[in-house]
Amino acid sequence: MQPKNLKRLIYHVIVGGFAILLLYPVFWLVMSSFKLSERIFVTADQLIPDPFVFSNYAQGWEGFGDYGFGTFITNTAIFVVLVLIGHLISCSLIAFGFARLNFAGRNFWFAIMIMTLMLPYEVVMIPQYIIFAQLEWLNSLKPLVVPAYFGHPFFIFLLVQFIRTIPRELDEAAIIDGSNIFGIYYRIILPLIVPALATTAIFTFYWTWDNLLGPVLYLNSPSKYTVSMALNMFLSNETVSNWGAMFAMSVVSLVPVFIIFFIFQRYVVEGISTSGLKG
Amino acid sequence: MQTNMKQNLWGYIFIGPFIIGFLAFTIIPIIASFYFSFTSYDLFNAPRWIGLDNFKEMFTSDPRYLHSLKITFIYVFVGVPLRLIFALVVAMLLNTASRAVGLYRTLYYLPSLIGGSVAVAIMWRNIFGDDGIVNIALLSMGIDPVRWFGNPTAALWMLIFLSVWQFGSSMLIFLAGLKSIPQSYYEAASVDGASFFQKFFNITIPMLSPVILFNAIMQTIAAFMTFVPAFIISKGTGGPLDGTLLYSLYLFKQGFEFFHMGYASAMAWVMLIIIAILTSLIFLSSKYWVHYESEGGK
Repeated sequence: MQPKNLKRLIYHVIVGGFAILLLYPVFWLVMSSFKLSERIFVTADQLIPDPFVFSNYAQGWEGFGDYGFGTFITNTAIFVVLVLIGHLISCSLIAFGFARLNFAGRNFWFAIMIMTLMLPYEVVMIPQYIIFAQLEWLNSLKPLVVPAYFGHPFFIFLLVQFIRTIPRELDEAAIIDGSNIFGIYYRIILPLIVPALATTAIFTFYWTWDNLLGPVLYLNSPSKYTVSMALNMFLSNETVSNWGAMFAMSVVSLVPVFIIFFIFQRYVVEGISTSGLKG
Repeated sequence: MQTNMKQNLWGYIFIGPFIIGFLAFTIIPIIASFYFSFTSYDLFNAPRWIGLDNFKEMFTSDPRYLHSLKITFIYVFVGVPLRLIFALVVAMLLNTASRAVGLYRTLYYLPSLIGGSVAVAIMWRNIFGDDGIVNIALLSMGIDPVRWFGNPTAALWMLIFLSVWQFGSSMLIFLAGLKSIPQSYYEAASVDGASFFQKFFNITIPMLSPVILFNAIMQTIAAFMTFVPAFIISKGTGGPLDGTLLYSLYLFKQGFEFFHMGYASAMAWVMLIIIAILTSLIFLSSKYWVHYESEGGK
């Protein structure tokens, strides 16, 4: 073997081997979900299930109480879609305002927005809870969804940066053609920021899908539980025998995340590399 | 063309949602939280003004609080540097012309993608179980298995490992930074006979330092607020022996388990102050190690 090829081989063994090592727990989780529940830890050192069973999925899908896992997935999907619509509309409007319109106090409000980026949620968590309690919004999606319609600083910032790269000549041409400001937003800017909106949508999906603290605070009845809360319930009811079902539903909860990632990989990687969005 | 009034009106129409949301969901809660932090408040009876008692209690008569603060500092100051070092080493390994880099980049990013989920926390809890695969691996290397849930230090390390495992998003940012360093710098250094380490410390680190700064700040803030893994891995208890009682988890328990809303608010304010101090310290230190290129190059 030529030295150059040998060097390449060593590189792939190290880099590839380390990648496999890192992802081994995930393979193990997936494979264990196809093992007989009582055999998972007896055969923890083997990756391949023997026998290969689907019973954990059937059992997990039944959920608990009167609610199947399908209900929790539907609840989460509704939650995600409502937040998604909110973020796309509000963040694009607000970002357009900051990036394109000259108005008194713009820099002030922009600075305020950047500051809210750094604000820990814990600081506003308790008063927000009290406010929503007084509005009688507890045990509903409202406290989790309504704020999304008033923008999210991370995505506003991302979109502002993106809009700034679009030449202003396009706006001016539209004004000459008789367009008003809203027309510029709707007809010129919106179609051009689709890639940044995609990044916004993808990360909104991830963060909402994974959100645990919000649902733990605001949703009490199992009929309204999201997937992450349902998994948390599985865990609190953990008995010796239902690891299999818990693993199976954990895998189910990861499937949409992987699907979205593999379809939109480019936007995810670019979103992180350019804006430092935490994935 | 347009009057100022009209410009202002349009501006405020567009950013109006932000201002309303900011007032309703941020500024009013901030003021309320500031007020609650000086009260005793259980959510059912009206808040009672107690001055600085919450803050005094935290630092003088609540050992659990001091413990929680201590392990959170350990979690942040061990976890974040390890995570950044891993991210940088792997980014450098992937900064080659190999065709497989795209695939590797994806594989290394996957833990970050799923790391915040309940599913992964459940997975982590189980691989570190007494007969989990981590102990099996340790045994096969001739090391005694560790009872990860049996002692608080081991349990905290379990959380730190989970945080380091998710180095992928920082790695992507470093990789983008590495790609923007002009190749000619390295070539010139090679001509002058520079070793790998000389190039690393004199070209790579200075050129990458603004990106490292950004990552250090964002990761420190995020790490300080870690909640889900501690909550899931300890089943909400913060155990064993408060070994995983990270700050956010203790705050949550004070607020929503013991209904000490005033105390929890005071904790949130101390957290805000600590984060502000940490961020400014990192910023202040940056003038000694962050190198800003004047002409392009990022």
